[in-house]
Amino acid sequence: MSTRIAASPRSPGRTKSGNRSAGEGRMAALLLSPTLLVLALVIAYPLVSALYQSMFREQSGLDASGFVAEGEVFVGLGNYADLFVGESGARFLNAFGNTTFFTVTTVTLETVLGLCLAIAMNRAFRGRSFLRASILIPWAIPTAVSGLLWRWIFQSDGIANSLIGSETLWTAEGVAAKVAIIVAEVWKTAPFIGLLVLAGMQIIPEEIYEAAKIDGAGFWRQFRSITLPLVKPTLLVAVLFRLLDALRMFDLPFVLIGPGKESVETLSMLAFDESNQLRYGSASAFAVILFLYVALVAIVFVKLLGADVAGTKQVRALRRATSTRKAKAL
Amino acid sequence: MTQIPVLTPVDTPAEAPPRVVRKRGWKSYSVYLGLAAILVYCLAPFYWMLVSSFRRTADIFDNSLLPQPFSAENYIKVFDGSTLFGQALLNSLIVAGVTTAAALVLGIFAAYAISRLNFRFKSVILGVIIATSMFPGISVVVPLLRLFTDIGWINTYQAMIVPNLSFAIPLAVWNLTTFMKSLPFDLEEAAMIDGCSKWQAFRKVLLPLAAPGVFTTAILTFIHSWNEFIIALSMVNDPAVQTATVAISKFTGATEFQAPFGEQMAAGVIVTIPLVIMVLIFQRRIVEGLTSGATK
Amino acid sequence: MRQRRHNRHILFGTAALAISALALSGCAGGEVSDDEGTALSEAEFEGRGPINYVSSRDASGAAQDSLDKWNSEHPDEQVTLIELPDSADQQRQQLIQNAQIESDTFSVLNLDVVWTSEFAANRWIQPLPEDALPTDSMIPATVNAASYRDTLYGAPYYTDGALLYYRTDLLEAAGIDSPPATWDEMEGACDAILALPEGDDMSCYAGQFDKNEALTVNFTEAVASAGGTVFDEDGSPTVDTPEALAGLTQLSDAFANGLVASDAITYLEEQGRRAFQDGEVVFLRNWPFVYASLTATDGSSQVVDKFGISSVPGIGENPGVSTLGGRNLAVSPFTANKATALDFIKFFTSEEESRARLDKSSRAPVYPSLLEDPSVVEQRPFYPTLLESLENAQPRPKVVQYGATTTAIQEEAYAALTGDKDPETALADMQSKLEELSAD
Repeated sequence: MSTRIAASPRSPGRTKSGNRSAGEGRMAALLLSPTLLVLALVIAYPLVSALYQSMFREQSGLDASGFVAEGEVFVGLGNYADLFVGESGARFLNAFGNTTFFTVTTVTLETVLGLCLAIAMNRAFRGRSFLRASILIPWAIPTAVSGLLWRWIFQSDGIANSLIGSETLWTAEGVAAKVAIIVAEVWKTAPFIGLLVLAGMQIIPEEIYEAAKIDGAGFWRQFRSITLPLVKPTLLVAVLFRLLDALRMFDLPFVLIGPGKESVETLSMLAFDESNQLRYGSASAFAVILFLYVALVAIVFVKLLGADVAGTKQVRALRRATSTRKAKAL
Repeated sequence: MTQIPVLTPVDTPAEAPPRVVRKRGWKSYSVYLGLAAILVYCLAPFYWMLVSSFRRTADIFDNSLLPQPFSAENYIKVFDGSTLFGQALLNSLIVAGVTTAAALVLGIFAAYAISRLNFRFKSVILGVIIATSMFPGISVVVPLLRLFTDIGWINTYQAMIVPNLSFAIPLAVWNLTTFMKSLPFDLEEAAMIDGCSKWQAFRKVLLPLAAPGVFTTAILTFIHSWNEFIIALSMVNDPAVQTATVAISKFTGATEFQAPFGEQMAAGVIVTIPLVIMVLIFQRRIVEGLTSGATK
Repeated sequence: MRQRRHNRHILFGTAALAISALALSGCAGGEVSDDEGTALSEAEFEGRGPINYVSSRDASGAAQDSLDKWNSEHPDEQVTLIELPDSADQQRQQLIQNAQIESDTFSVLNLDVVWTSEFAANRWIQPLPEDALPTDSMIPATVNAASYRDTLYGAPYYTDGALLYYRTDLLEAAGIDSPPATWDEMEGACDAILALPEGDDMSCYAGQFDKNEALTVNFTEAVASAGGTVFDEDGSPTVDTPEALAGLTQLSDAFANGLVASDAITYLEEQGRRAFQDGEVVFLRNWPFVYASLTATDGSSQVVDKFGISSVPGIGENPGVSTLGGRNLAVSPFTANKATALDFIKFFTSEEESRARLDKSSRAPVYPSLLEDPSVVEQRPFYPTLLESLENAQPRPKVVQYGATTTAIQEEAYAALTGDKDPETALADMQSKLEELSAD
C-alpha cells in the first residue's frame, strides 16, 4: 500500500521497519505543517483569486458621462477560449513559442555550462575561492540591474558591438534580440546550477574516484560513470527549478529589449500586459494557463528523467562506498 | 588506445581544451586556459558594470576599457542623505536573512520528514510544495496587496519575507530532501545504537553531512530574496522599510528622460559585494561539510 | 510612524486570520461599491490633516523645496512624499494597484498627461471644483490635457513640447540662413550639408523610434504635422486618412532613403541627444531637457555654440505640430483629507511656486507669463520657441484605454518604419485596431 502512494516504485528506504507507525505520521505532519501553512498563505489566496477572476470580464464601454462601467460579467471559460482565437490568439501562440524556445535553449546551455562551472570549482588549485566567488557574481547581481547592464552593453553603439566590430541592432525586433536574451540569461543563471551541482559533488566520496583510477578510468569515463550518475538527483532538482523560473521569465526581456516586442514576448509579459491594460480577467486566464503549462512541464520532466525525490532510489555505489567509510569513521 | 584523455565532459566555448593531449604540460596549460575562459565570461560584464560605475555622468556612454577620468561621484550620490541607501541595505539584509533562516528551518524539518519518516502522500506533498513556485510572480502581486492591506501588513518586513518564502521553501525542501536521500542511513542508525536519541542522531550526524546542501541552499535563497523587487516595491512605501532593489529603482536621472545609469551600476556593485563576501565565508562550509561531518 | 500602526500582528498569529480573509475576499471581486457616485460631486473636498504626495523624485530638488515650504507653513497638514520608481510604467502600475484596492495611503498623485482620461474614467481621481485653479493664465493645451470630457481633473504641474535642434555652423557653411520649416526644406538642407567635408559621416535627422511611448509621440507629431489627427473630436480614430498616410510615409521614407540612420530605430531620447551632441546628426527632434547637456562646457558636448532651436518641421505645406508632455497633480477619491489635498495642489502648481522652482529645475512651467519673462528667458533662451510650439501643440490621443491604444500605434508604426509593412497596410491595420478599442 505504501509503495503505491509514494512516487517511488521501491519500498521506502527504511531497512528496519517496513510498516509505518502512527507516531511517524504524526511527527511528519508536525514537521511539514509550518511549511504548508506558509505556502498556503502566500499562494493559495492569489491562486484561488486568479481562478475566480479568470471567469469574469470587465464591463467594456463607457457610460453616458464617460465613466467606465462598473462591475464585471461572468463569462465562464470565455477568457480561456478567447486566448486561442484571432489577434490575441496569434499573440498568445507567439508568446507561448518564445517562452518554450527561451526555456529550452537557456536551460540546456545553463546545464552544460553549470556542469563545467561545478567541475572547475571542484578542482583543487590555488585561487579556488576567488574562482568560486567570481562565478557567483552574475547570479548575485539583481536582475533589474543586470538587465540594465546588458541593455547598455547591447546598445547600438555599446561595448558588445564595438568589441565584435558589428553594427547589430540587438534591441530591435529580430533574431539578435533573442540572442541577446539568451546570452544574458545564461550568464546570469548558469551559476545557480553550478553551485547546486558543486554541492552534489561534495558528497561523492573520494574513494570511488580512487578505485576508478586504479581501474584505469580516464577523466571522461569517471565523469560519465561516477560523477554524472551521482550528481544526477541534485542536477535534476537544479534543472527543474531553472525550468520553472525560465518558463516564467519576465524581467530580463522586459528590461533588456522592452515590452511589446514580439521577438521576445513571453507568457509572463503577456499576462503583465493584459493586467496593465486593466483586462484582469484575461490576465488571470493567462496566469492560470502559464501555471498549468509549468506544472505540466514539471510533471513530464520528473516522470521522464526520474527526478526521484519522493522515492528512495539509492545509488548502490554510494552505499557501498560509505559503508566502508563508516567502518573507518566509527 | 581506447582511451582518449579529454579534460572536459563537454565542448563549450568556455572550456575547450585540445582534444588529444600528448604532454602533461599541455594538459595543465589547457586546464588553466579553460578556467581563465570561465573567469572572463563570468567577470567581463561585471567588470563593465564596475567601470561604468566609476565614470562621470558626462562620459557614461564611453566604451573605453578604463574610466577616464576616474570618478567616485556615483558612489557619493548613492549614499547621499535623501535615498537612505544604507538603511535600505540593512532592510535587505533583514528581509533576506530572515527569509533564509526561516526557509532553512522549515526546509530542514520538511526534508527530514520526507526523507526519513514513513507516511502517506509524500509525492503529493512534494508536488504541492513545488507547485507554489509555478505561479507567475507578477500575477501574485495584486491579490497579495489586497490581503496584506486587509491584515495591516503594508510597510512591514513580513509582507516581504512571507512572499519570498514561496520561492525559498520549495527550493530548500526539494534540495535538502535530495541531499538527505542520498546520505546513507547507516551512520544515523549506528549512532542510535551507540545511544544517541533520534534528535541527536539528526543533529550530530545527518545535519553535518548535509551541510553542503544546507549552505548551498542558504546562499541561493539569500541571493534570491536579496534581489526580489516587485513584491518589495508594492508592499512598502515607507523609505525606512524599503529594500535596496526598491531604493535603486527610485534613483532619478537629471531629467525624466535620462536614466541614472552610473548610480544604478554603482548601487549594483554595492549590493553585490556583501553577497560575494558571504559566499567567500560560506564556501568553506560547502566543501568541508562532508569531511568534518563524517569524522565527528 | 503612522503607516506602521498595524505592526502589532505577528506572523503566525495572523495566519489564521489571513486564511479567513482569503475565504471572505475570494468572492468579493465583482462587488460594486455604491459610494463612488457621491464622491464625485464637486463640493466634496472635505477633511483636513496629513496627506501623502505620490511622485517620483525630482532630482533638481526644486519640488522638495516647495514641499518643505508647505510643510513649514502648515504644521497640522503635513505632506509626506511617497517616492515612486523612476520608470513611468512602474509609477503607473503602483498608482493603479493602490487605486484597485482603494488604498487611502495615496492622496495626491503625480500623473503623466496621457494617464488623465484613464484615471478619470475609472474614477481613480477626483474632478476638481470649477475655478479652483487659474486656468485662464495657463497654456490652453496643458489645461486641455488635464481635463476629461470638459471637466478639469488635474492641476497642470509642468509641461513639455517638441523642439527641433539644428547645427547653425553647418547650415551657415552650406549657405542656408534659416532653419527648415518643413521636411522638404530639411531634406534639401541635408543634401547640401552632407556634401560638405564637415558633413562627412553624418546623418540628417534623428527622433525617437524604438517601440516605446516615444514612438507614439513621434508618430502623432508626424500625423499632426501633415495636417491630420489620430482621433477626431468625437474620439473616433482617423488614421486611414491621406494626412496620416503622408505623415507616416514621411517617417518610413526617411528610414528607407537614409535620411535617418538605420540604428536610429533603437533610439530613445538619450541616444538621439548623444548622437547630436557628438556631432553625428544635423537635425534632432527632442524635448527641452537636451538643452542643458548641449550647452555643457565640461568638454562632453561638441556642439556648444553651434546649435539653434526651432519648431519641429511641417510636412507638405502644413506647419509642424508638437505633442504635449508633462505632468498633472490630481486628488485620489480614496484619501481622507481632500480639503488639504486640494489646497496643496493649488499651492504647489501656483505661478509663485512655479517661478520659485525655476531656479533649480528646467521643467517648463505651464504659465506663458513665466515662459516669456525676460529674466527667465535670459537663463533659458529656448522658452519662447517652446511656448510657440506649445501654443499649437496637440495632445496625444485622449482615450480611456490609453495603454492598449499606444501599444497598437507603436506596433503598426514600428512595422512601417522597419519596412515590415508598407505605410498603407500599417495604417489600415492601426485603424481597425483602434476602432476595435474605441468601440468598447
